Amino acid sequence: MASELIGWFADIGLADRPTVGGKGGSLGELTRAAIAVPAGFVVRTASFERCIGELEKQSPVASLVESLGAHDLDRVTHVARDLRKRVEAALLPEDVRCAILAATVQLGDAPVAVRSSATTEDSAEASFAGLQDTYLWVIGADAVLAAVQRCWASLYSVESLSYRRRQGIPESGVAMAVVVQRMVDARTAGVMFTRSPTTGDRSVVVIEGAWGLGSAVVSGEVTPDRFVLGKITGEISVRNISDKHVRHVPLPDGGTREEETPEAQRNAPCVSDDELQRLRDLGRRIERHYGRPQDIEWAIDQDGHVLILQSRPETVWAANDAKSVAAAKENPLHHVMSVFGGNLSGGKG
Amino acid sequence: MNAKTFPLPSSVKVIAGTEAAQAAYPYYMQFAKGDDQRFWFYNSMHFPEPMCAFDSVTGEAAYCALGAANTRVHCLPTTKGIDERIINGRVYIGGIGVTDPAEIKQRTDEFMQRAFYYYENWERLYAQWKDKMRALIEDAQQLPKPSLPEYEPLEHVRAGRGIASNHFLLDTYQKTLEGYFRMWHHHFEFLLLGYGAYLTFFGFCKKAFPEISDQTIARMVAGMEAEIFRPDDELRRLARCAVQLGVTAPFQDGVGVEKILQSLRELGPKGGEWLKELETSRHPWFNVNVGDGFYHYHRSWNDDLSMPFAALPNYIRQLQAGTNIDRPVEQLIAERTQLVADYRDLLNTDEERAAFDQMITLAHRVFPYVEGHKFYCEHWYTNLFFNKIREFGALLAQHGFFAREDDVFHLTHYELESAIVDLMQSWSAGSPPRGPQHWPAIVATRRAAIAVWAKNDTPPALGPVPEIIDDPAIVMLWGITRESLDAWLTAGEKPDSKVLKGFAASRGVVEGTARIVKSVDEISRLMDGDILVCQVTNPTWSPIFSKISAAVSDIGGSMSHAAIVAREYGLPAVVGTGTATRRIKDGQRIRVDGGLGTVTILD
Repeated sequence: MASELIGWFADIGLADRPTVGGKGGSLGELTRAAIAVPAGFVVRTASFERCIGELEKQSPVASLVESLGAHDLDRVTHVARDLRKRVEAALLPEDVRCAILAATVQLGDAPVAVRSSATTEDSAEASFAGLQDTYLWVIGADAVLAAVQRCWASLYSVESLSYRRRQGIPESGVAMAVVVQRMVDARTAGVMFTRSPTTGDRSVVVIEGAWGLGSAVVSGEVTPDRFVLGKITGEISVRNISDKHVRHVPLPDGGTREEETPEAQRNAPCVSDDELQRLRDLGRRIERHYGRPQDIEWAIDQDGHVLILQSRPETVWAANDAKSVAAAKENPLHHVMSVFGGNLSGGKG
Repeated sequence: MNAKTFPLPSSVKVIAGTEAAQAAYPYYMQFAKGDDQRFWFYNSMHFPEPMCAFDSVTGEAAYCALGAANTRVHCLPTTKGIDERIINGRVYIGGIGVTDPAEIKQRTDEFMQRAFYYYENWERLYAQWKDKMRALIEDAQQLPKPSLPEYEPLEHVRAGRGIASNHFLLDTYQKTLEGYFRMWHHHFEFLLLGYGAYLTFFGFCKKAFPEISDQTIARMVAGMEAEIFRPDDELRRLARCAVQLGVTAPFQDGVGVEKILQSLRELGPKGGEWLKELETSRHPWFNVNVGDGFYHYHRSWNDDLSMPFAALPNYIRQLQAGTNIDRPVEQLIAERTQLVADYRDLLNTDEERAAFDQMITLAHRVFPYVEGHKFYCEHWYTNLFFNKIREFGALLAQHGFFAREDDVFHLTHYELESAIVDLMQSWSAGSPPRGPQHWPAIVATRRAAIAVWAKNDTPPALGPVPEIIDDPAIVMLWGITRESLDAWLTAGEKPDSKVLKGFAASRGVVEGTARIVKSVDEISRLMDGDILVCQVTNPTWSPIFSKISAAVSDIGGSMSHAAIVAREYGLPAVVGTGTATRRIKDGQRIRVDGGLGTVTILD
């Protein structure tokens, strides 16, 4: 029964996406591929459905949402406020509550991150999924439980409800999984693209990072250091060290805050060359595992361990991948005419 | 369209006091009316220093051969040859493009019959080329040392030779000159086709992988067995011999070559055996110049053993410490194979992979020539050539034409012939030659001019900026593009910066003490861990790469042998900075980032 409600990373993979969401499925897949991912579990969609089922018994949820007019903003706002409160305050069915608490205890005392994990990969819905919340540095089983419920409740935000009404998505198809993952006390964190975001070049890895938790980079509050490495050679062709004036750090009682970066660190590179090479190596392994370029979130803890927090397939340049820059010629010598034939300026780097 | 132009040739003035030296260069090398309408660039890559009058023969012979190959032999569709001018001792060159579509079409048809034949028969023609080159070298080696006896030897009389010794001065000189011009035809027989095949692959890689570095492409193509690696390999072999024979004691840092040789002779049969091995290595493998071979003072290892001997103590120490000093050829080949396979895997489609296979196959096919010809041409043959001229210098100096044998290089090759005829006449007449009254003042003037010109900064280019650089010869051989011209145009406007930019030749970051080495004589100033800063790096300097921590040069591309050697030694290197030897001061602390291609002055 517990396995229907909870899924440990080691036990799930991409095939489980309908019940663990994209984020959860990917973390499971990475864990199985022996990539260093902080330990964690997914609160499966079944738990969410059990929670809403209990609420339906008290007063309707699905039919209330479906009765909303897409453009009746006043009513949407009113219902959203009401439903979010109800989901956040809901008394969970005992087995769901116990499953989440037990898993949290099993994960250990360490602070965790709680994030929603959408069950669809449609790009429009993915951006809608992006409206939902992430809770960092959550401490203690009760706080975890509350964060999970807040994630669920975010499905009933004004934005989410309006989106579903505009698209005419039935409430029966709405579900959410939640990832609970041990948090990395990051010395440095950032993102890595296993193909160049600017040119689509698959032979380079672009790494961006800043001091502290990765939220500062992802939210764009700090200009990260930027490195471009040859994917195969490891040579570092770009090394832009920026002024990283702020960083995100955990609070002792839970949550995070922004603080000024100590003066000596602001303009110092936030990753060593050795760490860059380890990241590149991880990027290659993950790309090979998935068979296509990836966008990856990573962190390096205070002891220098490199950890992967997330990996998604790259989508922008993937559309070009069927095109060839050149084809074989019947007489291979005709290739040299690209140099000798008189259109040299087009062919040079 | 171009708001900016480089200075016009007519605006570049001959420096006051050097007019006579400038006038020494042949009339066809002087800038003239009409040249203002054309684009010229300073060939600092091959001729980074002012040319002595004689040395300008290299440009002449090389461009005669390059132009013939492009214009008349292979018929490159869009380009013909190269014109050369000299001002203030600096060599400017300008390409002749083909723009008429009908002519391009006609030349394309010719090119495909001619060049394609070469590509298709590459191995056979290259094997034949090596035979031709060896025969040419053999001929040059057979030329007698010029000398004039007091009386014609009796055996010549009894044999009824009938031709006196003075005639053979002219004969030898003309054969020497002819051989040099001929050698350059061999040099360019394959060169543009080789570079073209390489650039075809290069262009493909840049399209498929827009951010790939030049050096990675070079590594996919580079050969491992080229002749140019042999001299250094021979040094390692000699180090091993010294260890095996137990004659390592004489090889100490800072001990002169003569002293080492003397000590070896004193060591008896074992020392003698090593000296025999040395001779085996020297012929031909020490016929490498310590520069590119374009100046008479780029002497070879054979002329001056101090360069190779400077490396021996270090190699011997490494061997004694149990280090394997052999070039890991098999490992290098395996790495290259893996690199090619990994990049191939990254391509998008099977169609692309098929094109990649065709292009890299051709690049690998032509590359042994591209890498190997330099040993035969720029090193071995050029060395023989300049040494033969030096013999004439010694003979003329002996007859009072000038003070030192090297003064001969202040005469053009035409003037040298006249001096030789002067000597021939005086020997035959039994009267004193006229040269001793004529040449010393001229030599002094020209030597002074070279010193003045060496301190003079010359513009990187002259004349109107072309819209596009569409000349494969210029792009291939000099790496000049519209972008590099724009950089030259703006270079003068930037405030004095502490950062120099060059080609990222070999990755890694190192901080250390800069040691400006302008010639081989200064090599001994390098301390362990110093950063070598020089005008041209050259693979024949490679033994000192075991001593330094990084290398920086004024001239050179990421495809240069220096870059390849630096990568093999795992040293950061930035080449082609243009100005490193002028802007960095000896002893300054600098940071070399070989991945970014930057050199930062820290002091």
